Amino acid sequence: MKKKEVIFIAGILVLAGILWLGFQIAGKRSHNTIRITVDGKEFGTYSLSQDQVIHIGDTNVCEIKDGKVTMTEATCPDHYCMKQKAVDEHGGSIICLPNKVVIEGENTAEDSDSESSPKIDAVT
Amino acid sequence: MKRKTAYLGLFSAVAIIFGYVESLIPVFAGIPGIKLGLANLAVLFILDRYSLREAALVSVVRILVIGFMFGNLFSILYSLAGAALSLTVMDVLKKHSDFSLIGISVAGGVTHNIGQLMVAMIVVSNTSLMVYAPALLVAGVLAGVLIGILTKDVVGRLPLNL
Repeated sequence: MKKKEVIFIAGILVLAGILWLGFQIAGKRSHNTIRITVDGKEFGTYSLSQDQVIHIGDTNVCEIKDGKVTMTEATCPDHYCMKQKAVDEHGGSIICLPNKVVIEGENTAEDSDSESSPKIDAVT
Repeated sequence: MKRKTAYLGLFSAVAIIFGYVESLIPVFAGIPGIKLGLANLAVLFILDRYSLREAALVSVVRILVIGFMFGNLFSILYSLAGAALSLTVMDVLKKHSDFSLIGISVAGGVTHNIGQLMVAMIVVSNTSLMVYAPALLVAGVLAGVLIGILTKDVVGRLPLNL
């Protein structure tokens, strides 16, 4: 391997590291809701604190339980979406490519930097 | 000419078998799209010994056969996008740089993953897939280095009279 190639490879790894760090920092915000989109169109926003089962069209079913959401049923052939890591308060996403379903963590309280302040979910 | 046709057929078959072997290995780390890319060994070999045209032919035959046997139309679409981008980049590097097979293979592995990620983002019309980019970049480098070393070794051991 030549020196140029080593630099090239190191460059890619550094870029990956920077991207990863960026996502880590961006993901620090606490997420209290999830947003579901189907084929780029918004399907709905749901609170993570309320346990429920959501039927996404007739292709996928996801379940919110204990502040975590997982895909529980899917009609896609590979079921990658059901194996993906649950989305919780740290955010993240579950993506079912064949059915074009995306579940992502979201912070509904727009640009609130105060992570420590408890969020009020509902007012009675 | 006849000899070349036979070799291209042979390497297409090798690539298809590699693809099958790979489909037996479960998804790594929960991230779809991460795999070794064993089939790239055959494609890289052809690119090194012949040219872009032959490599593209073997690559397309492999993707179509593997796709129809073990995948679906989506996986064919992703594979074609990744292969088109990575083959183009590998060919440019082969012609216009002094990179060895390892560097070419790494560039191919990384751009293959980037191509697939871009198609996936277009399909779901959502850029949040970008979170997979770092893992896919690292995976592309690792797989690329490994495949590059293997191909280099195979080229040395197969002094084909083409």
